[in-house]
Parts: sequence; C-alpha cells; structure tokens
Amino acid sequence: MPTTTSRYDVIASLVPHGARVLDVGCGDGTLLRRLAEERGAQGYGLEIDAGAVSAAVAQGLSVVQGDADTDLQDYPDGAFDAVILSNSVQALRDPIFALRQAVRVGKRAVVAFPNFGHWRIRGQLLLSGRMPRSRALPASWYETQNIHLCTVLDFLDLCRDGAFVPEAAYGLSDRRARRFDPSSPKLSNLRAQEAVFALSAGT
Amino acid sequence: MHGSIEEGRSGLLPPGEGEVLRLPAPLPLDCGRTLESVDVAYETYGTLNEDRSNAVLLCHPLTADQFAGRDHPVTGKPGWWSYLIGPGLPLDTDRVFVVCANVLGGCMGSTGPASLDPETGRPYGLGFPVVTISDMVRAQAALLDALGIGRLLAVVGGSMGGMQALAWAADFPERVRNAAILASAARHTPQNIAFHEVGRQAVMADPAWRGGDYAGEEPPKAGLAVARMAAHVTYLSEAALEEKFGRRFQDRASLGYGFDADFQVESYLRHQGSSFTDRFDANSYLYITRAMDYFDLGSGEALSERFSGTKTRFLLASFTSDWLYPTPESRRVVRALHGAGAAVSFVELRNDRGHDAFLIPDPAFEAVLEGFLGTAMREAGV
Repeated sequence: MPTTTSRYDVIASLVPHGARVLDVGCGDGTLLRRLAEERGAQGYGLEIDAGAVSAAVAQGLSVVQGDADTDLQDYPDGAFDAVILSNSVQALRDPIFALRQAVRVGKRAVVAFPNFGHWRIRGQLLLSGRMPRSRALPASWYETQNIHLCTVLDFLDLCRDGAFVPEAAYGLSDRRARRFDPSSPKLSNLRAQEAVFALSAGT
Repeated sequence: MHGSIEEGRSGLLPPGEGEVLRLPAPLPLDCGRTLESVDVAYETYGTLNEDRSNAVLLCHPLTADQFAGRDHPVTGKPGWWSYLIGPGLPLDTDRVFVVCANVLGGCMGSTGPASLDPETGRPYGLGFPVVTISDMVRAQAALLDALGIGRLLAVVGGSMGGMQALAWAADFPERVRNAAILASAARHTPQNIAFHEVGRQAVMADPAWRGGDYAGEEPPKAGLAVARMAAHVTYLSEAALEEKFGRRFQDRASLGYGFDADFQVESYLRHQGSSFTDRFDANSYLYITRAMDYFDLGSGEALSERFSGTKTRFLLASFTSDWLYPTPESRRVVRALHGAGAAVSFVELRNDRGHDAFLIPDPAFEAVLEGFLGTAMREAGV
C-alpha cells in the first residue's frame, strides 16, 4: 500500500480485478468510475438522491435510484462479487438488515465508516460537552443524515449480533492505512479516523 | 427498397410524404392471423454508417407517429422529439442513424384498419386483426431487415414507445445493445385499461362510427374527440392544469350559466379533441389502445425470465407527477432486470408536467438521456 492512502484506495484493494461491484450510496459514481478504471470492475450503483443518479447516468454508469434500506432486497443472491457501503452505513435506518442484504447479494461486503472512537472525537466530547463534529461530518446533530454513527468496537458488536465475519479490517488516520486484527481492535479504535471492513456472511 | 410507394400509401399520410416500405414477406401476428401485405411508413434522421452499427430505433407513443424529427406534413407542427434529434443533440444525427416507423395498426402510412383489405378492396375497418405490441415490434424488425440493419445501437421509446423498447429487448435481445424506456411500464394496469375503454366507448358511441365501417370523408370525429379529451387529461397533472389554466375564464368575465366552454381548460380540451381528429383515424385509435391494453410482459420472476441472460444495457426513467405510468411500474421492471442480472439505470425525475413530461424539454431528463446514449455511442465507437 502506498504511503499516502485514502478510503478509496483501501476499498479498491478489497475489490478483485474484473469484479461485479454494487456501490450502495454511490453518489455521482466517483468510486465506481475509479474501480472501473483501476480494477476493471463492472460497476453498478444504488443511490437515493435523484440529482446524483442523473449525474452518474449522464457519465455512463449503471445507477439505480433507490433506498438501500428497502431496495437491496430486489437483487438476487450472489449477484455481485462485492457490495460496497462507503460512508453510507451510518445513514441507514436499519444497518443490520441492509448488511444482511449486502452479504446475501454480494460475496463480500466492504463497509467504510467514520470512527467515533478516534481519540480526537473522544476529546471533543470530553472537553466541549457537545456532539463532536469533524471536517468530514460537519453537520449538527439535528441536521445530520448520519443517524447511526458508531465506533470500531460498536461495529464489531454489530458483526457479532448480525453474525457477519470480518475478513479484513483497516484503520485510516492522517491518510495512512493500517490493517488490524479485528479480534484486538482497541488501539485502532483509538487512532483510526475511518475504518474499512470486509465482511462475509457467517454460517 | 427505398422510395415512396404510392399504391402502398394508407391512412392520413399525404401523398408523396415520407418513406413507405412494403414488407417482402407476410407478417404473422400474435392473434394467429397473418397479414399478407404490410406497409411500414418510416422516417430516418442522420446517416447509416458503413458497418451499420449506428442505428437507433425510436418508437413513438400512442398518438404520435414517425415524424419525430421534422415538421409534421399534416399539422405543420415540429416533430414530437425535434428538440432531441439533430446534430449535437441527445439523438446526435452526426453520429447516429435514427429510424422511426409508424406502428402497425397506425394511420400515418403503415398498414392499419384504414388500409385497403386486398381481399375486399375496401378499408379493413374492424376486419383488421387485433395487433399487439410484439406484432408492432415484429413489423419494425422486418423493416430493419429490409434496411440492412441487424443490431441496433439502441431502442428508445416513451410511453407506448417504451413498451415497444421493452418488447424489443425481450423478443430480440441479440439485436438490442441499449434500451431506453421512458415513462412506461411492462404491463397495462387496470387503471390504464379503464381509461382506454372510456376512449373506445366514446368512439363507438358516435353514430358516425357505424361499427367501424365509416367512409373516409365522414369519420366519427365527435367520438374520437371525446376519447382524446379524456385521454389528454391523463397525460397531464393536477399541478400542470392548475398552473396552465387555473379556474380562468375563456373569453368572458364571469360564469355563463350554460354549457359553452366557460373555462380555459374546457376550451383547451375541446381544441385538443377536434384537432386530433385531423391527424388520427378512429379505428386506429381502437386498435392501438387495444394493443397497449393487451401488453403484459409478466411480473416478478416471470418478468425477470423474459430478460434472463440479456446483454442489453437498460435505462428506465419515470417522472414524479406521471400518474398514468407511475414510478412503481418502472421499479417493477428495474427489479425484474436486477433479477436477470442486467445492467440497468433508473431515475425518477422531478417534474410536475405529468405523463407528457417525456415530450417536454427538461434539462435533467435530457442530460440523463444524453449520458446514456453518449455512452452507448462511445462504446460502439460511433
């Protein structure tokens, strides 16, 4: 992995070459375009915002306007090699349901989210006594669409409760990615600004 | 192969206007009958390239015809999609060859109930077989065969044209690289059938209809006009009517306490109804609405199976205010295409113009169509 690494780089590294990929919450398709160019992926997208869908379709991507909370059910089992939720899981009404759908329609789910266990966020809450805000998540608590924010430890609880197997885990901080062992996540929970997990369905 | 065929002319197409092709072989129909002699009237826009890879079939909606990209020879009005067809436009005639054919059963030069029945020498009238959307598609396929076009770069259609585009992708998957289905559906809902039945009964209730056996000079104009008025309301939306007409009076300052067209909306509908009868045949209206009512590609897994293994790329678009073919109907198709593993894009466009939104300039819609077709052109290298 290069010395400077973005969330996209980590996600791309978890997508096999030539894979069929569904990006849930794909926006205008920035990630899909990159995966097509760099990984030869056949990209498909699901996006709730009509304007973003129009922008993606206008660039020639196959993107469907829909709600990940309900519309992932429409896809058949194993339709994709990877289902990506990049900064979208925290906006879902029922993340565990959506992730079950994701590991059903995809061989694996790749989930990236901002880690609220990061020391700076802990410090903000401790010192200011207010809900933390960051450059990545600047909205106030009553405006944010991120209704299910979590820490790395919280996410691992969800994996346990939903019987998802974390195959790989990465923490990102200051544009460096570190792979970590999901069975000893405490240090990463403190120093990762963002986390990326590859999940598969438990048996 | 090309060229106007005067003797093959039928319906309301003025002599010498447009291209008409007599199909080289009889056309078998879904109803079991076969039409021995079929004319297909069509228009083309742009130039077919050497390897014949740049053809786009444009399928017209119920009451439109092949004059999509040029002024209509009967009404003199601009083609119904003239703002989308031309150099640099989404249907870029510098790059693609657009073919638009009058549907089988139509009245603008293609064989329909107003055509002469070769067996009797008189117009078919109700002796014309009931045709289906798939029959229309088969006639288009025969036209393309005659034009030397095998695989289409794209099939594009709105409303009934979208049904044809879907039927093309289901019936001739290997001939369709891309399909754009706009403001359309994979089946006619009971509400769709109900509105069509109102229109048909209005036609049939006109004494001039005479069981479909009217003379060309004395068509059932009153009945067809009422059918058009009722249908036209379904193409609009409450918001569009409110904005366009409100409760404003037509040429008066107060209520007339009578049954003249007091309101602008009444006057507008009356005009829509009467002008329609100049360019449309009443029996064609019965046959084409019937074809739409019969259209049903199935639902759920059955619908998925119609597209299983398809390599066609799909675009579906619906409009928020379209209550004739509302978004859930497009979503049914999207779900089925997901089930078939197809590459599909779908967007619901915010637009308050109702079903007719796909016929009205709208930058968001045009951007989506241009992006989809632009990708199709790039991938095909045209």
